[in-house]
Amino acid sequence: MSFAEWFSSLRVRTRALFHRERAGQEIDDELRDHLEQQIAENLAAGMPAEEARTQALRALGGITQIREQCVEAKRFNAAEDFVEDLRYGLRQLRRNPGFSALALLCLILGIGANAAVFSWLEGVLFRPYPMVAHQERLVALAGTSRGESGATEIAWPDLLVVRESCTQCEAVFVSKITSSTLNIGARAEVTVGSIVSANYFEAIGVRPALGRGFEPSEEIGSNGHPVVVISNQLWRRRFHGDPNIVGKVQRLNNVPHTIIGVAPAGFYGTFVGWAMQFWVPASMEETFESGGYKLEDRGARWVEAYARLKPGVTRAQAQEEVSAIAVRLEREYPATNRGRGMRLWPLWATPFNNAGTLLPTLEIMIVVVAFVLLIACANVANLLLVRSFGRRQEMTVRLALGASRVRLLKQLLTETLILAALGTGGGLLVAWLSRHALVLLLPARSGVSMYLPGEIDWRVMMLNAGICLAVTLMVGLVPALQTRELQLADALRSEASAVVGARGRAWMRSGMIVFQVALSFILLVGAALLMESLEKIRTTSPGFSTTSVVQTGVSLVAAGYDAPRARDFQDELMDRVRAMPGVESAAYARLSPLGNGSYSSTPIAVDGYDVPLVDQPTVEYNQVGPDYFATLGIGLLTGREFTRNDNENAPLVAIVNRTMAVRFWRGEDPIGRRVKIKGGWARMVGVAADAKYESMREDPKPFFYVPLRQDFARGPVLYVRTTQPVRAVAEALVSQVHALDANVALYELLTLQEQVNRSTSPQLVAVTLVSLLGGLAVILAAVGLYGVISYSVAQSRRELGLRMALGADGPRLLRMVIGRGLRLTGAGILLGAAAGFVLTRMLGKLLFNVSPHDPVAFGSALAAMTIIAIAACLLPAWRATRINPTQVLRS
Amino acid sequence: MRVKLFDRELKKGSAELLILSLIEHRPRHGYEISKLIEQRSDGVLKFNVASFYPLLYRLEKRGFISGRWVEKAGQRRRRYYQLTAQGRTVLKEQRSSWADFVNAINRITGEEHA
Repeated sequence: MSFAEWFSSLRVRTRALFHRERAGQEIDDELRDHLEQQIAENLAAGMPAEEARTQALRALGGITQIREQCVEAKRFNAAEDFVEDLRYGLRQLRRNPGFSALALLCLILGIGANAAVFSWLEGVLFRPYPMVAHQERLVALAGTSRGESGATEIAWPDLLVVRESCTQCEAVFVSKITSSTLNIGARAEVTVGSIVSANYFEAIGVRPALGRGFEPSEEIGSNGHPVVVISNQLWRRRFHGDPNIVGKVQRLNNVPHTIIGVAPAGFYGTFVGWAMQFWVPASMEETFESGGYKLEDRGARWVEAYARLKPGVTRAQAQEEVSAIAVRLEREYPATNRGRGMRLWPLWATPFNNAGTLLPTLEIMIVVVAFVLLIACANVANLLLVRSFGRRQEMTVRLALGASRVRLLKQLLTETLILAALGTGGGLLVAWLSRHALVLLLPARSGVSMYLPGEIDWRVMMLNAGICLAVTLMVGLVPALQTRELQLADALRSEASAVVGARGRAWMRSGMIVFQVALSFILLVGAALLMESLEKIRTTSPGFSTTSVVQTGVSLVAAGYDAPRARDFQDELMDRVRAMPGVESAAYARLSPLGNGSYSSTPIAVDGYDVPLVDQPTVEYNQVGPDYFATLGIGLLTGREFTRNDNENAPLVAIVNRTMAVRFWRGEDPIGRRVKIKGGWARMVGVAADAKYESMREDPKPFFYVPLRQDFARGPVLYVRTTQPVRAVAEALVSQVHALDANVALYELLTLQEQVNRSTSPQLVAVTLVSLLGGLAVILAAVGLYGVISYSVAQSRRELGLRMALGADGPRLLRMVIGRGLRLTGAGILLGAAAGFVLTRMLGKLLFNVSPHDPVAFGSALAAMTIIAIAACLLPAWRATRINPTQVLRS
Repeated sequence: MRVKLFDRELKKGSAELLILSLIEHRPRHGYEISKLIEQRSDGVLKFNVASFYPLLYRLEKRGFISGRWVEKAGQRRRRYYQLTAQGRTVLKEQRSSWADFVNAINRITGEEHA
């Protein structure tokens, strides 16, 4: 058929559908014309007028029947049937408000949960950077270190080589998160931004709303280009949307920066979860990071970067080239690049922002919401099944009047499609309303604007449309298939199914309840395992005190202090802090345990076992001040703490942890022994107990400490062990700091317990989400169980009445009804336990010291599910005991 | 008598072919088509209106024929039907099938030569 003919055919059909009256008129005209021609023929044959007409009418036959058949022949059957079914289905929903509300609620919750999680996945993992172009080709670029898992930062000179040499990459750019003190008069405020390469805005396809981005020359040199692009948020909040903001000066870290541009509204930078407030070029790195000028230091690793691949290039292809570049750099610069590689990460697994943190949780969420949806569908299927059983007479009569089984099937599926479509619409609304909910689950950070939006784009819509279709089939097929078994004689029977006693069709309803209970049980077990794990993490000792110790920092880098001034400030501040009432001890350290920063690491050699550089193991270390171990409560097993005498003029010293001592000195006392660090020999003066350094879930690993004065950092963390409340300490600290310099801001103050809690936030998010959704699933399953038992009791009133008439008392009926419900629940729990044994392994990454088969978790879920099942069956069972046997038997 | 026995079945099987062939060369209206079938078959084939017009509409829905209203002065408007390109293809196929069918019947039922 040509397109013209197909179109003509379609036109005929749709005209019949949408212009019924006109189609009817045309039929009338044609039949009238036929009649008139027949009359004319009869007149021409010599018949009288009246006889000619009578004969013509007789030849034509019954006009009304002919017209009906003509109308039937012109019908666009499929479409008209569908429209009729739609109308009928909507009428049915209106006539059964209770059923409709329950079914819709189940679907909205099930589909809504899926839509919400997929919108989070879309917004957080796959397209996490609003307004950034071509994110489907964006990958993260990070370093690797031989023998260590995880990612490291990259050196700026290495990044430049990649940017120049990588032929598979369309653009390579830097986006390194940093913080700054915004100096506004005498008041300093800490905020978050990014150090970026000059090609940043061009590479991501974002044009500033005002002004410009950076020029290539602005990423070269040391502090040579104090320019800044500010966020739209900051522009509106602090500068009141000043249209003349470009060219004005803003102090960042006490250095005047010229504002050259304002980012567009809706752009939050390229760090998942946090809204960046400013962007500065890489040449200003020294102003925002400690450790001196790094742009020409191949050993200084601080860069976090992205690459946009050329169209058609896969990540694997680009990785080959990047790995080859890394090998070449390792060969050319062994002193700095030995054992160093580079890796491209998909955006959803970016190692240097919150995406990777949330990934294990979101992976589990997909499974959890799929379970919730299946439970919701089983609920609705059960409700439809029970209702369809009550519509047997209606269906049977329709069959008797000539409707085909296919027609009935189509009608039932259409009714289900209406439910699914309304459920999908409601679900999308739920997802849209909860698209920002994910950010509520992450711990707030002072000075940081959190932004973790879900993205409801066409992909999420298409997915939900697919879910809608799948739900329709899953939910609608079950009762629809019942129409195959309808017999005409069934219409004469008035019996109903019984609650007790097996009936042929009851297996399907029971099967779905068992299925729902099984899924809910698995979710309950998952929630219990995660809660146990979180509890274990929270009660595991991190190896340092979590009570009575607070941590903060001062923005000396931000305030423009050079190393000598910073040392003096730190010493003075420390003396003041130690003199504060209630302070037992205080200390500095470059990095905080379980924080966001990366520890320094270095190849080491042990005295007497000096091996070539290529064979030296790499160990991480922290730079700490005097009284560090006493302040944090880390035990010193032997030796001493660092003192003020362990300074830049004194011989190098170090303190190792127990694991390092055992590994490298095999149980011998390392005190007095030497270890080679960064080319210099340091003498061991102490052995500290092991602690947690990066994660509460890590295994004991070698670690050592060096005096802060021998490896100086301008902006260390300040720890204070105190008996005072946190607020009092905060106020006192601010007062002491401002007494020395009003331009210096205090960073966020938090207790070490809060620090530990933040490091376990992924587990907390997982527990919260799984518990919420698991609870939802259990409620749905309970509602399903209640609905089915309740409806079945109503259907079997006659039988129950008969039993009561024959002597069954209330308690017996209660036991029968609840017993039935518990048998179904028990079967579901057995099935769920078996499946749970396999599926709980998925939680592996999030569990800590808890077996996926932990009996306590399974036992708790069993108890909870049993109680809920009894509660669900109680009301219908009580109703069964209120049946009046006389009334029922008479009706 | 024999013709009447098979009348209904033969008519059913050949109805489409008859209609399509009659409008092969020029458009005709419904009354004309029905009368031509009766006249050219010497009254052997006669469709009643109740089955004829629905068949026309089904052929139109399937895209084998297309209808067009024609209004002439002094006359009620009249719907003329003509073959579409697909209809021509279908007509050719049906003619061929019908010819094969008739030949096969003839071969079986023809007199045997001694």
